Amino acid sequence: MAARAIQRKSTKQKKTGSYSPILPKTAQWPVVQLSKNRKDFIKAVAEDSISKILLSHSGKGALIEEIETTLYREQLRIKQNPWKVDPEDEKDFWKDIKSRLVNFSPQSGVEEEKNGDSIRKIMYDIIFRYADEIAGNFKPSSYRLAREIVKFGFARLLNAARIKGFGAFFTNKLTLKDKIKIVGETDQIRALATKGTVVMVPTHFSNLDSILIGWIIHALGLPAFIYGAGLNLFNIGILAYFMNSLGAYKVDRRKKNLPYLETLKSYSTLALQKGAHSLFFPGGTRSRSGKLEKSLKLGLLSTTMEAQRINYSDQDDKAQKIFIVPVVLNYHFTLEAPGLINEYLKRKGQERYYVENDQYSTSFRMVKFLLKFFTKGSDISVSIGKGMDVLGNYVDMEGNSIDKQGRIIDTKDYFMSDGKITVNKQREKQYTRMLSSIIVEEYHRINRVFASHLAAFTAFQLLRRRYYKLDLYNFLRLPEEELVLPYLEFRNNYERLRQKIFELKSEGKVQTAPHLEGDIDKVIRLGLENVGMYHSKRPLVKTKSGDITSKDLNTLFYYHNRLDGYDLEKYI
Amino acid sequence: MGTTLKNTSDKPVGVIGAGSFGCAMANLLAANSSVLLYARDPEQVSQINQHHENKGIQLSHNIKAINDLEAIANQCDILFPMIPSSGFRDMIQDLSPYLHPYHILIHGTKGLDFSLPKGETLVSHPSLSREEVKTMSEVIKDESVAIRVGCLAGPNLSRELIDGQPAATVVASHFDEVILAGQKLLRSDRFQVYGNTDLIGIELTGVLKNIIAIAAGILSGLGYGENAKGLLISRGVVEMIYLGKALGGNTQAFIGLAGIGDLVATCNSTLSRNYTVGNRLAKGESLEKILETMEETAEGINTVKIAKRFAEHYKVRAPITQMLYKVLFEQLAPEEALQYLMKYPFNSDIDFL
Repeated sequence: MAARAIQRKSTKQKKTGSYSPILPKTAQWPVVQLSKNRKDFIKAVAEDSISKILLSHSGKGALIEEIETTLYREQLRIKQNPWKVDPEDEKDFWKDIKSRLVNFSPQSGVEEEKNGDSIRKIMYDIIFRYADEIAGNFKPSSYRLAREIVKFGFARLLNAARIKGFGAFFTNKLTLKDKIKIVGETDQIRALATKGTVVMVPTHFSNLDSILIGWIIHALGLPAFIYGAGLNLFNIGILAYFMNSLGAYKVDRRKKNLPYLETLKSYSTLALQKGAHSLFFPGGTRSRSGKLEKSLKLGLLSTTMEAQRINYSDQDDKAQKIFIVPVVLNYHFTLEAPGLINEYLKRKGQERYYVENDQYSTSFRMVKFLLKFFTKGSDISVSIGKGMDVLGNYVDMEGNSIDKQGRIIDTKDYFMSDGKITVNKQREKQYTRMLSSIIVEEYHRINRVFASHLAAFTAFQLLRRRYYKLDLYNFLRLPEEELVLPYLEFRNNYERLRQKIFELKSEGKVQTAPHLEGDIDKVIRLGLENVGMYHSKRPLVKTKSGDITSKDLNTLFYYHNRLDGYDLEKYI
Repeated sequence: MGTTLKNTSDKPVGVIGAGSFGCAMANLLAANSSVLLYARDPEQVSQINQHHENKGIQLSHNIKAINDLEAIANQCDILFPMIPSSGFRDMIQDLSPYLHPYHILIHGTKGLDFSLPKGETLVSHPSLSREEVKTMSEVIKDESVAIRVGCLAGPNLSRELIDGQPAATVVASHFDEVILAGQKLLRSDRFQVYGNTDLIGIELTGVLKNIIAIAAGILSGLGYGENAKGLLISRGVVEMIYLGKALGGNTQAFIGLAGIGDLVATCNSTLSRNYTVGNRLAKGESLEKILETMEETAEGINTVKIAKRFAEHYKVRAPITQMLYKVLFEQLAPEEALQYLMKYPFNSDIDFL
């Protein structure tokens, strides 16, 4: 039945060429409503997080201690790790907090007032500043502009790259749709977005993901989503412009203090309550190893749980439901692969402390990357997973949660005890953990195997087996001469693994790209051509005699990791 | 968990299964709450409701027996399934349509469930992977939407509980509210209730200790004394830990009340069914004959069957289980099995902490 549904979808997409917007007027978009009332919203966020902080800091002096810790960390950050995007008045703000704090001693009570000031107020001011910092600056007009630029720019680049000859730059022969394949439950996500609040949770491999996903949301005819984007990306002028206009709010990973994290969670919870479709990269940062996410960050994910519970207790039967939609992005290559895997190996090997080094520190490098991306023809696929409720139960097209036996579940019941909706932090924390492991399973199920992934996996495993006595680090240092694999050996193993992958696919445990089918030599050729194709040192190449070798084991390891977790190594 | 430990809800508490352990638990629960006790047999239901007695066990007047799973699920938010593992999945399947995510289920079944790929038998599919072996909490989550699930484990011989002797149990769950509910409902002057968050670990200790209990029965049936039992119990704990870790439990669970506590109780008592099986085997009775005359299930027999195949699949060192399997199902003489174990090359005493 599922297969038929997919087929029906693809024919429809072909016929119309694209999806029509589900909410044509931008004024109706939740994110627009949010930005219109930006001031009120920030205030609500600040109120919500201060009440939570006061709840967990009841003792005398606990609040002062929290502020002191925050102050200390913030001043240290300003000194040691300043960024271009940091506001100029930052130093003065914290200096002021410090001088206000002097008036209060830990022995005094929280409610005590001095000269019209109180500890509570100091905390509130800090939180308010954070909320203002986090909040996005969505403007419908610039959203439309940015969208057009992305579409236009990408399309120009694409045509210039693919259709040779001067003037190709200005044809419209190829569109982004030829380059990026969207597969899976596309109709369902569109339906769910009209019935409730959608939270998209994609895998994260490349900085390109943020822009790509913005385009996908648009291409699917969905209203803009809000999403947390690393503040470091706002350092880059060109990206900052797009992100601001695509509905991004800012997440500063340097700030790990409790008031900041609490504010961030409040922001997400309240936005979800207001019905703003949201996007989290639940892995937190880009996958360093090239593996699909194995464990997720629970902080932001837990806001879906809280928002859903509050919706049920506030709105009763008309409560907006929150739908989780896992998404897997598949590339033949990741520009940042060499940097990411080095970082992973350093961390794992604990060689030394790693200082973050951003691959796109300037707009120039970003443009260069985009050029590379489009000039080197290679495909991207986006798998949209089945929608789930916040407990990880699949939902149908109407948004009803369905259990394994096919019966409808009332999601509200998960938040009830003794006939009432109850607030239970520990319960929701456990629910979040369960949701997170279900999302991870779903990633593995909707992941699409490319010929290049399998090429990297096969070659790496064969070489690794040959030198099984070496530990990983010594193995990765082997000289190039040691790394030649006879083509026939490679081919036989590739074919065996491909067979195994098709078996997994028939059990619904993984997906495959269409190009993986057919003549084995052709598939292998395609895989070899595409795996990490634009790296200066290629992870896999054919030698003159037709055998296979690697110029860079680190990136080979990275691309190989994509198929980690399927127990495929047993079949080498 | 500083709130007062008293049952504040006016809803009855459900117990599913009117075997001796189910009845013992129903009596404990009846001290604090009204109890609905599900029995499959309608005659048993009317017997209980008329005479407040079942299988020679006096039942509290707070206990009402019923025979309707839908009614028990509708009336009770908290259910205690207390039935043998062999019928557990079927019972949950029958109960499942009436369960909701707000239900709390705390089971007391010390056995495992296994399911094979379609069309296969244990003969054609001789080893069992973790995916094929399920604890009872996993069966509940497999078959229903109930999610607030916990288990009871500890030295809880039914007869002693019924006589009101002092005892304690562990309620394990990933949810604090489930542990708290178990404590509120069960705690009394004669019954202490501990909490543990390692649900799988605690389930496994209760399950795996039955293997050792059979072995202990064999030893005493052969006429051996306390030195031999000391040896068995300590090596038994090690084997339980190896198997338990492979199945996903933590070491800690095995050295607490539900692990060593329960092991000591069952390895010394003729009140334990598993111990009795071993004892009678050593005295020369056949397994078939023993099973014929036993009123209630000895879970250990089924556990040995599963654990042996599981150990082989994951290459876990489990010599006691292996030998017991041969004694139970391949007619190896108990004395020979013991000889083999005495020669087994254990190198170190403790290598798991």
